[in-house]
Amino acid sequence: MRIPPNAPPNTPPVLKETPSQTAGPYVHIGLRPSVAGFAGYTWEPDHQIANPADKSRRIRISGTVFDGTGAPVKDALIEAWQADANGHYPHPEDGRPVMPGFRGFGRAAADLESGEWHFDTIRPGPVPGPGGTLQAPHVSLWIVARGINIGLHTRLYFPEDAALHATDPLLAIIPDPRRRETLIATREKDGEGVTYRFDIHIQGEYETVFLDI
Amino acid sequence: MTDTRPGRLPASGHRPGRPGPFFARDRGHHPPALWPDYKTSVARSPRQPLLSFENTLSEITGPLFSLRDLGPQDNDLLSNFATEGQPIGERMLLHGQVLDQNARPVPGVLIEIWQANAAGRYRHVNDGYRAPLDPAFGGCGRTVTDSEGRYFFRSIKPGAYPWPNATDSWRPAHVHFSIFGSGFAQRLITQAYFEGDPLIDRCPIAGSIPDPAARNMLVARLDMENSVPFDMLAWRFDIVLRGRRSTCFENRPEGN
Ligand SMILES: [Fe+3]
Repeated sequence: MRIPPNAPPNTPPVLKETPSQTAGPYVHIGLRPSVAGFAGYTWEPDHQIANPADKSRRIRISGTVFDGTGAPVKDALIEAWQADANGHYPHPEDGRPVMPGFRGFGRAAADLESGEWHFDTIRPGPVPGPGGTLQAPHVSLWIVARGINIGLHTRLYFPEDAALHATDPLLAIIPDPRRRETLIATREKDGEGVTYRFDIHIQGEYETVFLDI
Repeated sequence: MTDTRPGRLPASGHRPGRPGPFFARDRGHHPPALWPDYKTSVARSPRQPLLSFENTLSEITGPLFSLRDLGPQDNDLLSNFATEGQPIGERMLLHGQVLDQNARPVPGVLIEIWQANAAGRYRHVNDGYRAPLDPAFGGCGRTVTDSEGRYFFRSIKPGAYPWPNATDSWRPAHVHFSIFGSGFAQRLITQAYFEGDPLIDRCPIAGSIPDPAARNMLVARLDMENSVPFDMLAWRFDIVLRGRRSTCFENRPEGN
């Protein structure tokens, strides 16, 4: 059942997508096995989004996921996907060269005691958007945990890019400035490196904007 | 300084001659975020509507994986944990094919699984079920689909287990599946159940999928054709990832 090459762009899907189910409380066994005490893999994705040897523009992103009662979600797992410092993705669909060794992907497990998680990475560059627009630098995030029936997509933007935020095509369609703020990290400290805090609120007064993409 | 030139990409980020954006996710086919029968979802469900946003490079691209990233035993849960001894339980071949919504096989898909042992116990610090751990079973595996979108794991059939939800809630036997397509927007985690299990219809997590036909997509089928005589039964679990619309050229928005 192949779609003929001259099919119009509005051809409906032939099959339904496999439905989602919660990742449950033991997601670490499968996705961060070293956190669960499994040592059988030679390599696993972790909190390093960019090659640690790349010292340029290094940053840390840290945060906590909170539920509707304000309690930290201690069994959350967060995935991150971002462009390199030039705004290029290591993917054939982008096709532009990326910085050597740049993978762009990270996977962080919340601390089972505190719920805090972090990524070590570099600042991404701006990425082309729809209709000739330029998207402000951002990191795409995906959150799963027990009680989350379908993974939650969101984006982290950086507080220094206010001028680019004004023209960012995604931020532009969030009319309420308080909701828009939920996608902008806060710069936490200077010193050896820069840390951006990005707390995610699944529900409640500060509910993060989640995306249907 | 940062090179912010869009390079040779068309302004939309979609390259001519390439497929278009992903089909919109049919949210009614997935479980709703809030499903009160599954009590943990009450405080862990967004209440504001999701923000729809057309696909850009950030959603169409995603991390790519290959078998070179993995070890040769990674898809063999019978042998990837202990150096000696074999796990207890019913040996199984768990396999299937990954298609997209256009019914095309999807090669290069990273599939990661995790599961309880035959007694229904997970090797996890937070699992306090009284059933025993199996010294020869870790409970995780991973593989990458071949050129026809096919994958397989060797494992043991997981046991059902009780969990704190209602008074006497049991999870049907299941294997957790994490699936990576080529785009971050395709990201999917689900669970595979086993044909004929009477606990499926009593499970509030399986039941969070409103449409019985959709729920049925999560039931692995007994597959005698691929069983290994005197060794293991085969279970077939096919997976459908979001597909992409056909190409829409920049200067010919009516289609190609
Ligand atoms: Fe489970």
